[in-house]
Amino acid sequence: MKILNVISPLRELARRAGLALLSVYLLGPLNGLAQQNFDDVEIEIFHVRGNIYMLVGAGGNITVQVGDQGVLMVDTMYAPLADKIYAAIRTLSDRPLTYIINTHGHPDHIGGNATLAPRGSNIAGGNGGGNTRDVFSMMAGQALVVSHENVLNTILSMDEPPPVEGWPTNTYFVEKRDFFFNGDAILLSHQPNAHTDGDSFVFFRRADVVSAGDIFNTTSYPYIDVANGGSLQGIIDALNNLLDITVPADRQEGGTMVIPGHGRVSDEADVLDYRDMLTIIRDRIAYRIDQGDSLEQVKASQPTYDYDPRYGSDSGFWTTEQFVETIYHELSSR
Amino acid sequence: MTLLSPHISRLLLVFFILLNIVVSFSVQAQIDISGEWAAVFHEDEDERRPGPEMVEYQGIPINEAARRRALAWSPTLLNLPEHQCKPHPSDYGSRGPSDTRWWKEVDSETQQLIAYHNRIRWQAPERTVWMDGREHPPEYAPHTWQGFSTGHWEGDVLVVRTTHLKQGWSRRNGVPRSDLAEFTEYFYREGDYMTQVVIVNDPVYLTEPFIRTNNWKLDLRQQIAPYLCEYLTEVEMERGLVPHYLPGQNPFMGEHAERYNLPLEGVLGGAETQYPSFIDND
Repeated sequence: MKILNVISPLRELARRAGLALLSVYLLGPLNGLAQQNFDDVEIEIFHVRGNIYMLVGAGGNITVQVGDQGVLMVDTMYAPLADKIYAAIRTLSDRPLTYIINTHGHPDHIGGNATLAPRGSNIAGGNGGGNTRDVFSMMAGQALVVSHENVLNTILSMDEPPPVEGWPTNTYFVEKRDFFFNGDAILLSHQPNAHTDGDSFVFFRRADVVSAGDIFNTTSYPYIDVANGGSLQGIIDALNNLLDITVPADRQEGGTMVIPGHGRVSDEADVLDYRDMLTIIRDRIAYRIDQGDSLEQVKASQPTYDYDPRYGSDSGFWTTEQFVETIYHELSSR
Repeated sequence: MTLLSPHISRLLLVFFILLNIVVSFSVQAQIDISGEWAAVFHEDEDERRPGPEMVEYQGIPINEAARRRALAWSPTLLNLPEHQCKPHPSDYGSRGPSDTRWWKEVDSETQQLIAYHNRIRWQAPERTVWMDGREHPPEYAPHTWQGFSTGHWEGDVLVVRTTHLKQGWSRRNGVPRSDLAEFTEYFYREGDYMTQVVIVNDPVYLTEPFIRTNNWKLDLRQQIAPYLCEYLTEVEMERGLVPHYLPGQNPFMGEHAERYNLPLEGVLGGAETQYPSFIDND
C-alpha cells in the first residue's frame, strides 16, 4: 500500500474537507444519491462501433467491450443500478467480466464496482513475475479493477470507504499503462489534475474509441473537483491531449469516437467545441483578473453568459456560479 | 373449376379498374425532387455568396447569448486544423454554393421510396432523408453535420424534419446555432424550379423560429465536381490556442453598420430586425 506523500497543512485541510464531502456524496443520507429513486431507471445500450457499446442510465456512462476473452467495462455507474447493469451486459455477452477500469473515483462512476467485480473472474497463474495480475483479485477470483493509483489513494483516505470488493487494486502510477484484450490494444493515460487527480483516458486503439470520463461531457460545464486535485487548466490540457488522439474520418466528423462521462457519443468536433469553450472562458476570467477585478467584479462581467443557456445551471450540485468561482480562485493563485 | 358469372366478373373488373385509378392518382399526387439543381441566388445574394461581413447579424432572431458568442468569434479560428474542412450543416448548406443533386433510393421489390439522398457542391456533404417512417435515434446517439432527417409528403410538398445536428451556425460570421436545434424544411417544386423553406428552432440561441428560403432551377447539364479537403497547419500557433475576441474588443464592431449607414442596434440582430417595421423605429 502506497504511503501518502507529505503535503502542506492548508492543502491537507482542503483534502480532508474534500474527502468528507466525497464521503457524504458517496454514502451520506443527506445527498441526492440516497434520495434518488433508481427503480424507474432503465439501462439502455447503444452500439458505438465493433465490439464497443455504451450503457446509459443514471450517473456516468459505461463503456463495454465484449469478446472471446471476456467483458471489459469502463466505469460502473451507481451502486443501486449494478443488477440492471449486469443484466444489460449479459444481453451482449455471456463471457466473464474480466476487467473494470475506472476513469476516476466519483460514485456515479465506481458505485457498481463492489457488486459487479465479484461477479467477474480472471485467470490466475504463473509465479507472479511481472505482476500482471494483482494478488488480491487473483485470490478473490473476481474481475480486476483498474485505475490510476490516485483513485485508490482517495478511497483509502476516506473515513467510510466503499466496500473493499470494489476497490481498484490493479493500479498504475506512471503516465501510461496498456494491455491487450479482445483483439484490441487498451491504452490508459493519466490526465493529472483535471476533473480530479486520478483521471484516465481509456483508448481502444483498434476500435478507435476513447472513454473520456468526466473530463468531457456534453451536458454541463465540467465539475472541477479541487479537493481531489482537479483544475480547469488540467481539464483543458487533457482535452488538448484528447484532440491529439482523435482523428476524424471525413469533413471533421466520425473517425475516433469519444464516449463522454455524461451525454452523447461524440467525435473530435464535439470535443473541440468543448475545449474551445473552456479556453475562451478561462481567457476571459484571466483577463479580468489581470485588470485587477475582484471575484464579484468577475462574476458581474458574466464570462460564461453566451454558453450558459447550453451548459449552465443555477441549481444542483454544480452551478455556474461555483464554476466561475472555482476558476477565479485557480487563476488568481498562479 | 367453377367459372364466375358474367355479372360477378364485370363487378370485379370495375373494382380493379377503380383500384388502379386510385393507386395511380395517389402516386401521381406526390412529385419527385430528384435531379441536378443549380442554386439560384435571387434572395440574400450578398450574404450567401460573397458572404456576410463581420458583425452583420441583422435579420436573425438571436438572443443576447448568441450575440455575445458571435462578437467573440474570430475568423482566425479557421486557421486551426481542427476547424478546417467543416462542411456547412444541413440547415445552412443551401445558403452557400449549393448546387445540389437529389436522388432516390427505391426498394427494388416494392418500388416504395426508402429515402432521398442529397449532395451539395461546397465541401460535398451528403445527406439522407429517410422516407420509410423510421424513428429518430435516441438523444445520446452521435450528432452529425447533416443531422438525422425523416420526411413525408403533404400533398405535393416534401416535409423534412432534422434532429441530431452538431453545433453549427446561423450565419457564417460566427452567429452560433446550438446542437440542441432542430429544423423543418418544406420543398415545393413547380416545374423546373424548386423552393425550400427552412424553419430552425433553437432553444439555446433563438428567440423565435428562424425562417429562410432558397431556390434552385433544374439544370440537366450540371456536373458537381469532387470536393477534396485536407486539413493542414498553415500558420503555426501555440498548442491549445483558441483565437477569439474578448468582450468589448471585437475590432469589427460598427464597421458594417458604418459602411451601409445602418444603426448599430440593427446589425446586432434580434427578432425585431427581421421585420420592415424596424426601419420605422427611431
